[in-house]
Amino acid sequence: MSGAGSLVLAGVTVALDEAALIDGLEVVVAPGEIVTVMGPSGSGKSTLLAWLCGTADPAFRIAGRATLDGVDITRLPPEIRRVGILFQDDLLFPHLSVGGNLAFGLPPGLSRAERERRIEAALEEAELAGFAGRDPATLSGGQRARIALMRTLLAEPKALLLDEPFSRLDAALRDRIRCFVFGHATERGLPVLLVTHDPDDARAAGGTVIQLSDERVQGSDIGKPLK
Amino acid sequence: MLRWVPALTLLLFLGPVAAGLVGTILPAFGILPALGGTEPSLTPWRRLFAEPGLGTSLRLTLTTGFAAAIASLALVLAFLATCHGTRPVAVVRRLLAPLLAVPHVAVAIGFAFLASPSGWAARAVSPWLTGWERPPDIATAPDPYGIALVCGLVLKEVPFLLLMTLAALGQVPADRTLAVARSLGYGPATAWFKTVLPLLWPQIRLPVYAVLAYSLSVVDMALVLAPGAPPPLAPRVLRWFSDPDLSRQFLAAAGAALQFVLVVGAIALFHGAEQLVAGLGRRWIAAGGRGHGAHGGRLAATGAMGLVFGIGLLGLLGMALWSVARRWRWPDALPSVWSAGNWTRQAEALAWPGWTTVSVAGAAALIAIALVLGCLENEQRRHVTPGARALWLIYAPLLAPQIGFLFGVQVLFVTVGLDGRWAALVWGHLLFVLPYVFLALAGPWRRLDERYARTALCLGAPPGRVFWRIKLPMLLRPVLFALAVGFAVSVGEYLPTVFAGGGRYATLTTEAVSLAAGGDRRVIGVYAFLQALLPWLGFTLAIAIPAWLYRDRRNMKAFTV
Repeated sequence: MSGAGSLVLAGVTVALDEAALIDGLEVVVAPGEIVTVMGPSGSGKSTLLAWLCGTADPAFRIAGRATLDGVDITRLPPEIRRVGILFQDDLLFPHLSVGGNLAFGLPPGLSRAERERRIEAALEEAELAGFAGRDPATLSGGQRARIALMRTLLAEPKALLLDEPFSRLDAALRDRIRCFVFGHATERGLPVLLVTHDPDDARAAGGTVIQLSDERVQGSDIGKPLK
Repeated sequence: MLRWVPALTLLLFLGPVAAGLVGTILPAFGILPALGGTEPSLTPWRRLFAEPGLGTSLRLTLTTGFAAAIASLALVLAFLATCHGTRPVAVVRRLLAPLLAVPHVAVAIGFAFLASPSGWAARAVSPWLTGWERPPDIATAPDPYGIALVCGLVLKEVPFLLLMTLAALGQVPADRTLAVARSLGYGPATAWFKTVLPLLWPQIRLPVYAVLAYSLSVVDMALVLAPGAPPPLAPRVLRWFSDPDLSRQFLAAAGAALQFVLVVGAIALFHGAEQLVAGLGRRWIAAGGRGHGAHGGRLAATGAMGLVFGIGLLGLLGMALWSVARRWRWPDALPSVWSAGNWTRQAEALAWPGWTTVSVAGAAALIAIALVLGCLENEQRRHVTPGARALWLIYAPLLAPQIGFLFGVQVLFVTVGLDGRWAALVWGHLLFVLPYVFLALAGPWRRLDERYARTALCLGAPPGRVFWRIKLPMLLRPVLFALAVGFAVSVGEYLPTVFAGGGRYATLTTEAVSLAAGGDRRVIGVYAFLQALLPWLGFTLAIAIPAWLYRDRRNMKAFTV
């Protein structure tokens, strides 16, 4: 179950002020698989993702282990974990152009020509060729969401975390962006952990659903895909 | 390295304050070995209390200090309570920067130009109304009761308190709270006082104390606007410190210590009054009075605020006009002959103080911004949440009277061989620049959505790159604004230059204060106007640079001060 390319969470416990929010969570997300975490506000879902990124608020007491592609990332600094994340807001850097945002995601050490080639390729993949010089503020919500994903993918992550990334989009756009994100993630064989309130997201993801509730979560609460 | 920045900051700006207090208090009790004081003694205090007119000085200090602080606070609260969410508040908000940028001395000189017997106010009504064919022989600015000093302080402290209160209003749910109170039948001003003020007060308490402390211990404005025989305590202590008879240093130190006690006592008294008012306020709130009919109050508060801003801006205009006036006879409203000669004649004399002003202000502001950025970045990287005590530490140099510890700072500089050096001047200014830079930048820096940094980290950028490439450019506008605030504070500093400079450095502010005692308004106008102009330039650049750099980035407008 913990093969190459998988994201593995072992015995993860999240607690705040002595109250356990998640207790002993065991999950394996295989490459190309999307595991959904659902639950009410305050159940610790976003904290779980922040912990996986290495940016959790120290107010939470978090124990357990996370391995990615066989490497224990639990104590690594965020910038070398190679875990990409998308939030409900696109969080494109407003002082950079669209191209500048994409360039920020590229790994260091590439030649200028190679950087430009990769940016152009990413823009074409997002069906936004020629948009490199544009101000992100001039893009539509869907265009911004696609650029945010491409920026994340250009950083060559080994796993993708999605923190309710579709919740701010209107219904029509949500389906398209969901397909776009899931399609690119599975195409690249990335293990994906999706946090959402929306059962439609979980259905579209098609993978295992972990239901967090007001009661603390045990390993046995891991459910089946929603139909 | 970043983890040491908060400790270094505290050492750099609280160390001298603490050492300064000790270095002032010890001579107050006779101990200053350099001047032969080796045994503890109460002689300095006996000499202090034997000084003729000390009672008058103390009365002037307390009456002007409390009057200025209470009037400023009352005006700001009355204006915001009666005009919340209306056009006058928006107008005042736009006019705030020009008045905030102007140094205290320039405001004082501008007010003196307006209110003195030969000033604009008397000219406007003479001789047709007053019958005065020549300037009347009455003392108006300065006047024997310190009324002009109170007016000058109000002109300068109202914009500061407004800024702090408006910033605090942005951090509490004022609009929703007011909407709920109004829906329960409360009149607008009553609703504001009963529901918004209790939320605001904890955030504006320290700025109010700072205003009280400043008003009680102001020196530069008092030298221009307060009576001179005898003056309030702080300028009197400065006179003793400057006395060629070195034995009066002990007397001065006792006076400085007394000034410190006065300020601490005044803050304690104010705090006690606050508790009393809070108790009465709770009963008033519980009584349930709806308090309609605030229209008259709104008109009065708007009028008073308009008067403050009008007088402040007119004072600036007066200085500008005097600086280009060749002939301006009584009772003409405007000069009859104009000339740029005042500026050209003073150009050479302006160069050195001008350079000192700009170089010291630039260095102090840059060092302050570097330290503050280091502290704020360290706070975020280590997830440290500073408590209320940290804020008290930041405010310490603003709450302690400058005259109460700057002598001790000078003793410290002499001890470490820095006295009278340019570096000492920068350090002396840094003590007062740093708190304002921190207050200006901490809010916007902490409000930046931390998910931007998280996103950047997850894109593989190390924390340093996130700081330089994401946070700093996104917050360029508030960073430059804080830099401009620091620059403006330094340009306006008087006492730190006098003490740390050891008499070897003159700035536009020290020159303007010296000239204010003389009679040549043209020269005073040149110095005071230039002194006011420099901070304006700083603020203009702070607004223009990000506006130009991000002219094509629409969403960058959201990242303001």
